[in-house]
Amino acid sequence: MPQLNIADFPPQLVWLAISFVILYIMMAKVAVPRISEVLESRQDRIARDLDEAKRLSEESDKAKAEYEAALEEARSKAHGMVTELKSELAKEQAASQADLEAKLAEKAKAAEASIASAKEAALANVRSIAGDAAKQQ
Amino acid sequence: MGQFQIKRLVEMNIGGVDVSFTNSSLFMLIVIAAITLFLTFSMRGRAMVPGRMQSIAELSYEFIANMLKENVGSEGRKFFPFIFSVFMFVLFANLIGMIPYSFTVTSHIVVTFALALTVFILVTIVGILRHGVKFLTLFAPSGVPVFLMPILVPIEVISYFVRPISLSVRLFANMLAGHALLKVFGAFVVGLGWLGGWLPLTFIVGLTGLEFLVAFLQAYVFAILSCLYLNDAIHLHH
Repeated sequence: MPQLNIADFPPQLVWLAISFVILYIMMAKVAVPRISEVLESRQDRIARDLDEAKRLSEESDKAKAEYEAALEEARSKAHGMVTELKSELAKEQAASQADLEAKLAEKAKAAEASIASAKEAALANVRSIAGDAAKQQ
Repeated sequence: MGQFQIKRLVEMNIGGVDVSFTNSSLFMLIVIAAITLFLTFSMRGRAMVPGRMQSIAELSYEFIANMLKENVGSEGRKFFPFIFSVFMFVLFANLIGMIPYSFTVTSHIVVTFALALTVFILVTIVGILRHGVKFLTLFAPSGVPVFLMPILVPIEVISYFVRPISLSVRLFANMLAGHALLKVFGAFVVGLGWLGGWLPLTFIVGLTGLEFLVAFLQAYVFAILSCLYLNDAIHLHH
């Protein structure tokens, strides 16, 4: 078995030492820092993006709350206006109705009065005509 | 076993030590070049939204980072480059060894043992530096009756010092067995020829898929055991 040939041990050991030391230096000084730098910057970037996303989401929540508050206010204002208008209209209607009723009552009274005076006059006429007729006979 | 043969490409000798540049050395350099090129090239865009290659690089980083965090905790952070290098080295050595006519660096016990020993020594130094003499309580679990100590302490000591052996033999044996098995079935294909070679050929196809899984799994096992040993040294809890 070539693995057990002791004469082959020294060159293998020497070259293993040389190549492993070179490899270790290359890894420790070049490859590992380079990879960890990339991984760290990616980590930072992700953390920053997450923060930014959180901030934006909070902002949009706030804007939504503000919008809803404004909507609620507008709605209640509109509701108030409608009820006010309704009550005003009702008042106006009641006033004009009362006015109309009063006018109608006045007119009815005047009409009654004129009917009564006409009746009076007619009765007077009838009496005078009857008196004249009695005189002529 | 020709595929495991060490071939000296450039003979070198410094102070009586054979430091020849072999096919194994060549593939070690290919492995570290492939890792470095892959990681730096895929990350060159430093894109916020990663592409395919960058995703793989980031995934391998996060894979080891999570492994360390879960098994060692926050104290494990400063060992990240080491565990990451070990994982990538074993993974790429295993994967590049899957290419036909290439050489599998991790199929040699001396290489895997040297890696495991490096982990073992590092872990032991970390434990001693952190806890001093208290590090020895690792071998005497608390809450154990005193009369059991003479039996338990030697067992704990042996299991501690067997770690580099089990760690290295596991990786080496897996890579050796997989490649040897592929070779054996490859020989069957040739031996049985056009008539009977199809069955072992189908087997080789399935086995190749399995070997890719083993290549990844062994790198994972090597890295996670290193993490567990590190955790023992840092936290001493049993």
